[in-house]
Amino acid sequence: MWKYLLPIIAFAIMVPIFIIGMNRNVSEIPSPLLEKQAPQFALQSLHDPSEQVGSSTYAGQLALVNVWATWCVGCRAEHGFLMELARRNEVPIFGLNWRDQRAPAIDWLRQLGDPYMATAYDEDGRVGIDWGVYGAPETFLIGADGTVIYKHIAPLTEQVWQKEFLPRIRAARSQAR
Amino acid sequence: MIPEIGHFALIVALALAICQGAMPLFGAHRGDRALMAVARPAAIGQLAFVIVAFGCLTWSFLQSDFSVLYVANHSHRALPDLYKVSAVWGAHEGSLLLWILLLAIWTVAVGRYSRELPEAFSARVIGVLGLVSVGFLLFTLLTSNPFTRLMPAPPDGADLNPLLQDPGLAMHPPVLYTGYVGFSVAFAFAIAAMISGNLDQSWARWTRPWTTWAWLFLTVGIALGSWWAYYELGWGGWWFWDPVENASFMPWLAGTALIHSLAVTEKRGLFKSWTLLLAITAFSLSLLGTFLVRSGILVSVHSFATDPERGLFILAFLGITIGGALGLYAWRAPSLDSKAGFRPLSRETFLLLNNVLLIVATTLVLIGTLAPLVLEVLQVGKISIGPPWFGIAFTIPMLPLLFLIGVGMHTAWRQQALAPLSKQLRLPAVIAIIAGIVLPGVFYGRLGLLVTVGCIAGFWVLSTAVMPVIRSLRRPAGTPRITRAALGMCVAHFGVGLFTLGVTIVSAFSIESDRSMVVGQTVEAAGYEFELRGLRNVDGPNFRALEGEIDIRKNGEFVGQLRPQERTYIVQQNPMTEAGILVSWNRDLFVALGDSLGQGAWSVRLQYKPFIRFIWVGCLVMALGGLIAASDRRYRVSVRSEAREGVELGPEEPA
Repeated sequence: MWKYLLPIIAFAIMVPIFIIGMNRNVSEIPSPLLEKQAPQFALQSLHDPSEQVGSSTYAGQLALVNVWATWCVGCRAEHGFLMELARRNEVPIFGLNWRDQRAPAIDWLRQLGDPYMATAYDEDGRVGIDWGVYGAPETFLIGADGTVIYKHIAPLTEQVWQKEFLPRIRAARSQAR
Repeated sequence: MIPEIGHFALIVALALAICQGAMPLFGAHRGDRALMAVARPAAIGQLAFVIVAFGCLTWSFLQSDFSVLYVANHSHRALPDLYKVSAVWGAHEGSLLLWILLLAIWTVAVGRYSRELPEAFSARVIGVLGLVSVGFLLFTLLTSNPFTRLMPAPPDGADLNPLLQDPGLAMHPPVLYTGYVGFSVAFAFAIAAMISGNLDQSWARWTRPWTTWAWLFLTVGIALGSWWAYYELGWGGWWFWDPVENASFMPWLAGTALIHSLAVTEKRGLFKSWTLLLAITAFSLSLLGTFLVRSGILVSVHSFATDPERGLFILAFLGITIGGALGLYAWRAPSLDSKAGFRPLSRETFLLLNNVLLIVATTLVLIGTLAPLVLEVLQVGKISIGPPWFGIAFTIPMLPLLFLIGVGMHTAWRQQALAPLSKQLRLPAVIAIIAGIVLPGVFYGRLGLLVTVGCIAGFWVLSTAVMPVIRSLRRPAGTPRITRAALGMCVAHFGVGLFTLGVTIVSAFSIESDRSMVVGQTVEAAGYEFELRGLRNVDGPNFRALEGEIDIRKNGEFVGQLRPQERTYIVQQNPMTEAGILVSWNRDLFVALGDSLGQGAWSVRLQYKPFIRFIWVGCLVMALGGLIAASDRRYRVSVRSEAREGVELGPEEPA
């Protein structure tokens, strides 16, 4: 009676999916925000609660917005490359510290270096929800007009940068001219 | 010392759970009464030691013993005592302990109220529950021990996530988990029936009240969660199709299907293997909900990989429990099915349709929740599935179900003649169509297709649910009244109707408006005037807040005053919105204070939410219906004497 076997077969198919899902490599999920205006926000600065960091901080220029947290292993992996990008000074990088705690986050930047022009502190992840953040790290390329040009999930690497980001940055800059 | 006692108690509980799992099952297999008799005392002993462990952890929280890692991570000296207690289940380790406690309570309750059942059967049920408990206790002790010490102890704790510092959320997990865990009883009944190879109508009657109890707790738990999200998250939404919510909703859908399928198995002895499968499914989805979401495989894709030991254990546990149950099903279910037939126009048909549609809905929610993961694993591509998809996918099976409810309730078992049925249903149909057009058209001034259909469906369910009650009241004195089971069904379906109206109206006619306001300014939204009278600083026990004072008027007449807060919790330094909500039966006015926009201006979110209370009231009425049905007399009278009378079949007594 094969119909009684169906449930266990269905379950057997799902198990490997979970196993692979545990060890998978997150790279890219299409964002519904692509080519649309990035949601506006204003949050406390990570470093100083009395200061505000938000969409107005980077408005009017091509910018990277990098979503990170201290609990996120991928963020640690990409941090060295972010420091390298900051040294190259091609595009200003802004941080969105997401669902994190303030003190360890500040420590992290003190120890590993701070590649960000400014970092907004999104403790309860509300801005992350507006931005459709799926899991840190995520990096948004925002145009001078405030539109989302590109979104990358998973740690940034030199290859990704050369292949996905640089061509788009050049195209956006040449269009602006 | 106290944490070590708790840790030790948990180990003793594991030993007792092993006895409770192994000995009665083996005893039932061998027909050894002495071994079977271990079941109840072992369950009671396990409960006692789990209570000690739970008490020790609670005590550590109340004493602010920050040498316990779990307490240090989730509490703080300034935290109010209520939240010190609710912090016990505020994170992974403690919520596992809560699961174990509730399972032990359910098990003892089953032991207490199953004395009328055949001895081998109740021994098997308690044994299966013991095995489930072994899995949870092992998982807790090996990978998620809440009593792990932290040396040296920090001077103060990291505080409970402010989102969880709320009375609604303090209550939400225990109620929800009571529902989750409750499905383990139906699961154990199903396993016991498959092991013994004996599944008759009295089996369904024993299983029904337990399933209904679990279902009603789950209903209230989900409603509490939705209510909390509404007023605490500050967006004014009530359901987000977030994986965490879906994880609680899928067992609810499967459990609802199970309740209806059990009715057929009890009354007609049909759908047996289907009922078994649903019992396994409801519990499997509860496990999936507890584990996969807590462990972050769906929510935060990274936290899972950091603890491979935990992940592996979870998968092994799920594999053994669900895989084992489904394997047993494939082996034993074929011999249990019966071949009795029924006519196309009969209650059996409608309950079959109910099951099909509910399972389609469950599957769609499951697909929507897992699809991003599955497609990624298959390397087809990546998608993100949002509320619009769920909204459409869920409405497609649910809308026909709403119309079928009304017909199914009034259809007899086995066979129903068409003419009397359509005569009965004429009046409610007319009421539904008129009310369904008048409510949106006249009171809200707009008739969309979906709104009108939704309102008609809501009123249709309401009016068809009221009819049997009215008919019972109009019968002459002395004739039998409506049974509790039938009354419970009517009440629960009435709740479905209220819920449908609430969802329809609130999604069609809500008004949201984000404004910038300075003190003294009045803005108009949704026909109300909102005046920001003042702003002041207030201090709570562990937070500081900016509180706005907003007067609301309609046509110049004072309606009420709201004091929304923007709180900053001192320890974790994060902002939290405490919305101000003015409640009335047919609408909420919702004001949330946002960020400062500079120069004395503040962003304020104003919302008008018509009929939103119907959503939660509808859920509570559904649960009330479950409560009435579960208290039906036939579940309480001696099972043995009932068994002699045989199972009554009555078209007048809907299940």
